[in-house]
Formats: sequence, C-alpha cells, structure tokens
Amino acid sequence: MRGAFVRGLVDIAREDERVVLLTADLGFMALEPFAEAYPERFLNVGVAEQDMVGVACGLAEAGFLPFCYSIATFASMRGYEFIRSAAVLHRLPIRVVGVGGGFEYGPAGASHHGLEDIGLMRLQPQICLIAPADYSQTLSAVKATWDLPGPVYYRIGKDDRRKVPGLDGHFELGKPDVLGDGADLLLLSTGAVSVEAAGAVQKLAAKGVRTTLAIVSTLNPSPGADLLALLGDFPVAITVEAHRVSGGLGSLVCEVIAENRLRCQAVRVGVSGPPTAVTGSEAYLLRRHGLDRDSLTTTALNVLAGTYA
Amino acid sequence: MISAYDISKIVLEQSMRAKVGHIGSSLSIAGILAALFGGVLEGKGPDDPDRDRFVLSKGHAALALYAALHLRGWISAEAMNTYCADGSMLGVHPDSELAGVDFSTGSLGHGLPLAVGAALAARMQRSDRRCFVLVSDAECNEGSLWEAVMLAAHQHLSNLVAIVDMNGQQALGYTKDVLSLEPLPAKWQAFGWDVLEVDGHDVAGLIRAIESLKTRAHAPHVLIARTEFGHGVSYMRSQIKWHYLPMSEADYEDALKDIETLR
Repeated sequence: MRGAFVRGLVDIAREDERVVLLTADLGFMALEPFAEAYPERFLNVGVAEQDMVGVACGLAEAGFLPFCYSIATFASMRGYEFIRSAAVLHRLPIRVVGVGGGFEYGPAGASHHGLEDIGLMRLQPQICLIAPADYSQTLSAVKATWDLPGPVYYRIGKDDRRKVPGLDGHFELGKPDVLGDGADLLLLSTGAVSVEAAGAVQKLAAKGVRTTLAIVSTLNPSPGADLLALLGDFPVAITVEAHRVSGGLGSLVCEVIAENRLRCQAVRVGVSGPPTAVTGSEAYLLRRHGLDRDSLTTTALNVLAGTYA
Repeated sequence: MISAYDISKIVLEQSMRAKVGHIGSSLSIAGILAALFGGVLEGKGPDDPDRDRFVLSKGHAALALYAALHLRGWISAEAMNTYCADGSMLGVHPDSELAGVDFSTGSLGHGLPLAVGAALAARMQRSDRRCFVLVSDAECNEGSLWEAVMLAAHQHLSNLVAIVDMNGQQALGYTKDVLSLEPLPAKWQAFGWDVLEVDGHDVAGLIRAIESLKTRAHAPHVLIARTEFGHGVSYMRSQIKWHYLPMSEADYEDALKDIETLR
C-alpha cells in the first residue's frame, strides 16, 4: 500500500509543483521512485519527526503541499504537538503519512506497533483522517485527497499485496464503502486489517451467515450520517480495527449508536488491555488480539448465538 | 523608524491596562523588534507573498510584537486596547490570523522548525526573501530546536537568521542555574552556523550586524543578542518575578519614568 501511495504521489507531483515529500529517514525500498523523479522536492530531514512536521508547516505557509512520511507511531506521536499547534491551528495543508499502522511491523516490537494514531487524529476535528483498506483504494484515496485545504493524516499499510474483494479501488471522501447486503450482521472495518474482515465475511457465508461489510476508510470528516443509516438496519455490529478499542472506529460507531438511541449492539474488536512484551509476526499478533479472519468468524458466530463474552 | 522606547512604552501601557505579566520578556526584545520592524524586514505588507518572514518563537513576548505591528500601522490603536480582553485576537501568545503575524507560537521549540521550512520554501521558490526567527535562550533547552539547527546547517540556509534573546532568565530561575547553556555561541558554531555576538539593545548596531550577514559565510546565521530581562525598568532588571507579575499603579509610574532613559 505504501507502494501505491508513492506511485500516486509521483503522478500527482508531475501535475503539481507544490507537492513535496519529506521523510524522517525512513522509506527504504519505498520512496525511491519519488526521490529519483523529483530530487529537488524530496527532503530527508534526518531522524527528527518533530522537525519534519514543523518544516512542513513552514513550507505549507509559502504555498507548498508537503507530505511527511514515517512509521505510524513516530509520524502520529513524536510530532503530535507540532501537528496540533502548527498544522491544525494554522489550518495548513500538510499531510502526515503514517505507514504500517496496527501490527504491520510485528516483530519490531511494541515501539513500532501503531495502535493509537486514529484516536489521536480523531481528537483534531480539522484533520482529515484517511485509512485505506488495500493497494487500489490507497491509490484512489491519495489521488482524491492530495490537495484538500487543511491537514490530512493517512494511515497507509505497508503490504502492497492486500486486496479486499469487491472494493475495486473505490474511494469517496467521507463515505464508507458497503460491500454485500447480508441482513444477519454488520461488520465495519478500517485500514489494512480490512482484508481479514473481508475474509471473515466469506467464512461466515460458508456457514450460512449473511453479512454486510462496511469499509470505513474516512474517519474525518465524520461518516456519521452514513453509519447512522447502516447501523439502524442491524441488531448487532462488529467493529474491526488494528488499533486500540478506544478512540478509533469502535468508539465512532458507539457514539453514533448512543447519540441516536439505536437498538444495535456494538462489539468492538481491537487491542485492549495493557501493553505486553510479547511480539511476533503480524499474523500472530492479529490472531492474539482476535483480529484475524478465523477469530473474527468465531466472534461473529458467538455474538449471533448470544454466547459472546 | 521604530524605537525601542516606543515599543517599551506600549508594553508597559498595555500590561498595565490588561493587568497581565510577561513584561520583562517583552522589554528584553524591544530593541531587537525595533531593528527588525524599523529597518530590516522587507516586503510590501503583511499579505505580500514575497515578504521576509518573521517568527516570534518566544511567543510569550507577543505584546512587544503587537507594539511593533501597531507602530508599523498593521494593528489599530483600538485593537491594541483589546489586548487580553474577552473576545480579543490579541492574546499573550500571537496567532497568525492577525495581520503581520506570520506564524502562531507559544509552545517553545516550535519556531525554528517553522522558520527552516519558510527558508527552504524561499529557496525552492527562487525568492530572495529571508526568514528571521527570534528564540529565547531558555528555548535552547528544547530538543526540537536543535533538530532544526542541524537541518538548517546541512541545507546551508543562508537566508535564515536566528536571533537568540540571551537575557539569562527562564520561568523558574536564571538559565545558568536551571540548565546551563554556555558556551552557547560555540554550540551554534559547532553545529555549523555563522555566529555573531551582539548587544541586543543597540538598535543601530543590530541593523548593521544584520546588514553584514549578506556578505558572510554561506550558512544560516545566528545573532547571540546579549540582553537584559526587563530592560529599561530598573526594578525589573533580572528579577524572575517580572516574568509573571502585573504592575501596581506605583510600579507603573516608576517604570514610565525609568524608560525615559531609552529615548
């Protein structure tokens, strides 16, 4: 997906000289196409994420569209106060690109697991928050949003092989993509873990459970109106995110349900509990937190049977 | 011409009217702002895209900046009289919605990264404009400042001028006691900057020093400006409490008499 992001950015930069790419010394085997095509608009600021965001704001004030690239944890947290007090308060069009949210940097350990970025960015209503589900949607999302007027945060997956069947690269800012029309259950997912949610839908279908899957790739501006219409049709909704259960998609869905008095049970699947030293592959960590397709299938069946604890 | 006296007088008047502090920090930069806004900063006005940029990174001294902007004619007398009032845009720290304020500041350590971006932007746009950033000495405690110091030197940003207001004070004490900075000029030099040590209250000398930068090293420039906290008001001189306190009527009368020496 980061390959799609860079590919999209190279295309955009060809059309728009304002596009600049900054990195805090990350992006090996990823950013080279941009760096080689536009060396005068590519800047490695060194291992200095705060500085990267501040410098981007200085560039944006003069009319540039700077993209700031780092791993999701560092991109979202190290420079957070700069994102807030420089980009948001000045309403400057910088783009922060957090790569590999969730457990995509699995064996690298907890320092590299991006589990809070969506919540942190949702706290800033002026930040457009986009978490595409797969390669094609990443390409579409970047091409649809690169010149928005204010700051944007992109949570971009690392794995370019991801593909959500039926999504076909569709992206519309602020709109969830609804796949299928199963009436038994609503699954909602965001970001690169959506392939697991889509896998669970197939497994549930094999067991006779008809599921609707909503891919929520924009969290700001709020897709609340569309979620309201969707959630009103289901007795139960399961949210799927490689993120802490608080602050992200699960919280958004609970807010819509509670504030509109919907008769829909929300089940939030994500990361809860205190951090541990246990690490491993992304697949292992997704299983450990119930986010792989098999665990999601089991959770869904238990929820429908009334045996979900 | 804008004089340090005029800026200092407005700082005292408005601090008194609004009954707020940060007086000493504002007085210590009156001369630096007089030099910048009275002769150095170029541009056709606050909306000119090719104007020189200025970042008041020590945002807590915004009152001195408002005074300079008022003396340039960009903030009305009526607006000045709303300083710190309910509903005013003139707070203790400056906001870029105000004409003449290029960047909102208030969180120390933010200004230099912004200024590096502004200087890079000028170079990429092949503009001769420069970017000036005024940081406090205690602000050099912030790691983000040194990230930007390194990047500016690496990029040879000779269109960037930092000025350190070296008044020796910070929120809870003297800088030498809280976190020693010296030898500060040598530190900036070791990071690759062109360093000048100047008297921060000598307006003509500051203007000459900044003029001399055009023929100096192809590197970012820093003026280490030796200043006095509370400059011009004898009882505020180097007194930590004047980082915080508003003046009484008697304090105010004394201060107005004292700053006559700045004329």
